[in-house]
Amino acid sequence: MANQNMSKIKRKSLFDADEHTKRRNAAEKRFRWYGIGAISVGLLFLAVLATSIIREGAPAFTQTVVSVEFTLTQEQFDHAEKQLFKTKAYEGHLVSAMVSRLAERNLKVAIDGKVLERLLGKTGATLREFYRANPDQLGNLVKFDLTASSRVDGYFKGRVTRETLQDSRFLMLSDLDVVDALANAGIIKQAFNWNFITGTDSGVDNPGGAGIGASVVGSFFMMLVVLSLSLPIGVAASIYLEEFAPQNWFTDLIEVNISNLAAVPSIVFGILGLAVFIQFMHLPQSAPLVGGLVLTLMTLPTIIISTRAALKAVPPSIRDAALGVGASKMQSVFHHVLPLAMPGILTGTIIGLAQALGETAPLLLIGMVGFVARGYPDGLVAGFADPNSAMPAQIYTWAARADSSFYEKAWGGIIILLAFLLTMNIIAIILRRKFERRW
Amino acid sequence: MPLLWLITILIILSAVGFIFGRSKAWTLTKDGTVRLHSLPVYYGTNTALKAIIPGVFLVVIWLITQPLIVSNVVSGMIPSDAISAGSSRGLVLSEIRRTADGIDLAISTNVLNDAIIAEGNLETITDALKEAGAVVTSNITETILDAALEHRSLQTAGDVAMSIVAIALTLGGLFWGIREATPDFRARNSVETGVKYLLICASLIAILTTLGIILSLVFNTIEFFRLYPASDFFFGTEWAPSFSGRGGASKLGVLPLIWGTFYISIVALIVAVPIGLFSAIYLSEYASPRVRSIAKPLLEVLAGIPTIVYGLFALLTVGPLLVSVFGEGGVLGVSWQGGGRAVITAGLVMGIMLIPFVSSLSDDIINAVPQSLRDGSYGLGATQSETVKQVILPAALPGIVGAILLAASRAIGETMIVVLGAGAAARLSLNPFEAMTTVTAKIVSQLTGDSDFASPEALVAFALGMTLFVMTLMLNIVALYIVRKYREQYD
Amino acid sequence: MAMKDTKGLETQVATNEIKIAAKNVQVFYGDTHAIKNVSVDIEDKTVTAFIGPSGCGKSTFLRCLNRMNDTIDICRIEGDILLEGEDIYDRKVDPVQLRARVGMVFQKPNPFPKSIYDNVAYGPRIHGMARNKAELDAIVEKSLRRAALWGEVKDRLSSPGTGLSGGQQQRLCIARAVATEPEVLLMDEPCSALDPIATFQVEELIDELSKNFSVVIVTHSMQQAARVSQKTAFFHLGELVEFGETEQIFTSPVDPRTESYITGRIG
Repeated sequence: MANQNMSKIKRKSLFDADEHTKRRNAAEKRFRWYGIGAISVGLLFLAVLATSIIREGAPAFTQTVVSVEFTLTQEQFDHAEKQLFKTKAYEGHLVSAMVSRLAERNLKVAIDGKVLERLLGKTGATLREFYRANPDQLGNLVKFDLTASSRVDGYFKGRVTRETLQDSRFLMLSDLDVVDALANAGIIKQAFNWNFITGTDSGVDNPGGAGIGASVVGSFFMMLVVLSLSLPIGVAASIYLEEFAPQNWFTDLIEVNISNLAAVPSIVFGILGLAVFIQFMHLPQSAPLVGGLVLTLMTLPTIIISTRAALKAVPPSIRDAALGVGASKMQSVFHHVLPLAMPGILTGTIIGLAQALGETAPLLLIGMVGFVARGYPDGLVAGFADPNSAMPAQIYTWAARADSSFYEKAWGGIIILLAFLLTMNIIAIILRRKFERRW
Repeated sequence: MPLLWLITILIILSAVGFIFGRSKAWTLTKDGTVRLHSLPVYYGTNTALKAIIPGVFLVVIWLITQPLIVSNVVSGMIPSDAISAGSSRGLVLSEIRRTADGIDLAISTNVLNDAIIAEGNLETITDALKEAGAVVTSNITETILDAALEHRSLQTAGDVAMSIVAIALTLGGLFWGIREATPDFRARNSVETGVKYLLICASLIAILTTLGIILSLVFNTIEFFRLYPASDFFFGTEWAPSFSGRGGASKLGVLPLIWGTFYISIVALIVAVPIGLFSAIYLSEYASPRVRSIAKPLLEVLAGIPTIVYGLFALLTVGPLLVSVFGEGGVLGVSWQGGGRAVITAGLVMGIMLIPFVSSLSDDIINAVPQSLRDGSYGLGATQSETVKQVILPAALPGIVGAILLAASRAIGETMIVVLGAGAAARLSLNPFEAMTTVTAKIVSQLTGDSDFASPEALVAFALGMTLFVMTLMLNIVALYIVRKYREQYD
Repeated sequence: MAMKDTKGLETQVATNEIKIAAKNVQVFYGDTHAIKNVSVDIEDKTVTAFIGPSGCGKSTFLRCLNRMNDTIDICRIEGDILLEGEDIYDRKVDPVQLRARVGMVFQKPNPFPKSIYDNVAYGPRIHGMARNKAELDAIVEKSLRRAALWGEVKDRLSSPGTGLSGGQQQRLCIARAVATEPEVLLMDEPCSALDPIATFQVEELIDELSKNFSVVIVTHSMQQAARVSQKTAFFHLGELVEFGETEQIFTSPVDPRTESYITGRIG
């Protein structure tokens, strides 16, 4: 009986693919394509994200400037200093000088004081600062590259177009012809916006002047706190858990806590920081010290987990060898195991720091959102204790402002933040490659 | 004296102790006849540890307890009738503290001195504080002034006492350590025991952190429930905090927020799980090593991008893009989507963020399925996709479910993407094209708004935090349980 | 009884149909020449044993017979292996169909984490061998009977296959392999992970199975080869040293290397 069944099925040739197998192979092919499709979609998202960032953020690094050659006489200086609105007076002097010079250039467009006022940005303050710092330049011809108004900047960057522009006290449609003429004459041009990188945040009315410099310093102080606290504490805790802890309920409790904390949302840490550091301990709000403390608590579980892995990777034979020559357990750990695990520990720490650098939610809760990073901290202690912003919080602040000209600054901030993260990750990878040991 | 100086003095003292302890050990062995138990450096370290640990320990405990004691005493100075309606003892204490700080500031900038204070002219004093730059909103009252002055004097006295006791303890420890340095003393063991306890203290920080989180959530949540009924919070379907100050017309029901969180997370998982799972299957079963070495790290890049970047991406790129497809005048010719901020925007972007999460975890789990199962299946004449679908995935299923639950937990706790991409409107709606806010977004908005910290509008954030904490904790526990329970099936 | 005797006579008198014919097979792992010029014929309804010291290529060669070596990238095969006259390495051949006709049982029992029923039904299901549940039930029962496992598990077909004892698991794997009605059954040291009682049960099974299938068994144990097989092939360092009737190999081997191995001087 069995033989007959067998002969019915088996006498088919191996060379003929039967229908059923063909369908199965077709299903196989489809399955493969789902996989390739999924990966492609993922990579597509990555590509779209990257292009968005670069395309939207690059304009933040350029600034439209107006090149002028200008002489301020001593009398004009004294006159301006006596006024109530000093910066406006300086601007006035500048504008009248420019009108006459531009008239000489014969640019075929009507340029008067009002138009120039609209085209120029907040130049009065810049001029005042310069002349107060360099009184010897009074009476000399000085070349300035002054920032243009944010709407003119927007015109060059495509935010403002002839179609969408509505006449206002900030910019009129007719002004655009002037702008074009001045651009052709080389008086208005694009320059690299160093102020974005080194400057501080500006008020809501001056998107062009916004800079991320102060926030970078704030982030730096925060990372200093995180590094100096989480590395020793994390390594100490890992050494205890990995080398010395006995198997009892206490150790289990610690380990359960660590794995739970690794999964707690970052905003809960923000609440912790608010309640304990600000309300209970009365540490200054929005200070990098407080931000650093909160981020330390967040980064500790990550560092502990990666340090333990690094310690586990050191083979027991090393420990045995140390004990064999009479070293104590602690000596074997600190003199032998720890140095060998150091590369892995450092790599894990750098990666933990990179994650902490990009965290935003906890910083918002400890007050970094309302605050405008208007100045650089003066001094080391002030760097930790004075209210400041941090890069992610600054980016959020710009994104949340009503004026959409700040969006480009937010994207630019992201480019800088990602640049830092990329550097840190590359350092971690190089460290890992260079010092990796294959036991 | 400032805390920094005190700590520096303690450190210097213990450094001195180290030097003395070590040199004493050296001198003992100078003639070569005496053998020490441990190396001289251990005697030095022993002294240093015995000096600094008591000192620092005392400072920490003092810094924690002193404010509580001072607050208690000062609070006793405020009679109940001095607390105006709509205020609370806590608020009054804050004002006293602010006043005390303001007086400190004013004295340090020479706007105020003890003579003026003694005069007791409230207006002069208030003006002086304002000129010094202190935050003062109204004229200082007599009771507040007295309480503030008492606060200052208690604080100063306490600080001085702390410094004295700490330095005394450190010196005591120093002498103890030096006395101990005899040849038979097992310095190394003493040091190592000390170091071990320091290591244990470092490990305790994890427990302290959890404790801190739980306490700060619980206390403030209880405070909140005192001002707003718990049943209205948990079962209320309307979220509409009033801006006019405390209590009154606020409706603080959490259900629309939980719904928003849930809905957006589901959308995120719908995006992340298929893409992540299929990517993992292809990369671990089909891809050549070269493709794997390129594609896997690239996908991991998505995991390293900070969430603020995703938030901005949602707000400024994905939102307008979706509107151009689903909104008025868009590609599809429908007008389902009004603004850029919507469930679908935040859900899509959050899904992108979660792809590497699901993919990495699934990849590990799939790789952990033993090769013998694959061989058994291929030996029977199964194709690769049949093997994956019918043998590998069922074997890996508990792990994959665990991974999905962990991804869900991450989605629920996510803040920046929803703050920027999902909007601020709390509603119970099924329409994915509408803006819908979440628990996390509201925590941010309630705590960074102008509400004063003791009002229910601000305290509700703690209750929300508690809810969030419990939700994610539950998910993580269930995920771990599922993985653990079903894991033994093929071992 | 009478049938059996007749079958026995047939085996002794005439050569059975040759199921698999291997000619001048070479296998390379990268640059290593693992199998050197092996030619052997596997007969139907016969148990053929591959014996030899560790690492001599027996398992490698076995895995060539159902193209399981395809899963290893660096493995390269030359020569001919014909199943009923058709070259199994021909481009037109789908390994998937081949493996339905040449089944395999592995060294360590590897039941799927499914029920006993689903384990056995897996092969027939994917090859579409049953049109309805009743047919599938019949196939499962027949296979489990063939593996001498039916009696022990018939009341718990839905319990997990991994819950059986080691010997039962291996018999389950045998049932799973015969469910696709293969013509040849390849067994790679099927008893090495089993205790003596389970080993005895599986060896009895092999004898039964050989009445319907052609069985090739790789084994470390010469005694096992002598017990179960009718034909034996001795492998040494990648070469097929001697191939013949089991009795002849073990009592009067021709090649001195065979004799060294049999008497225990090498191995």
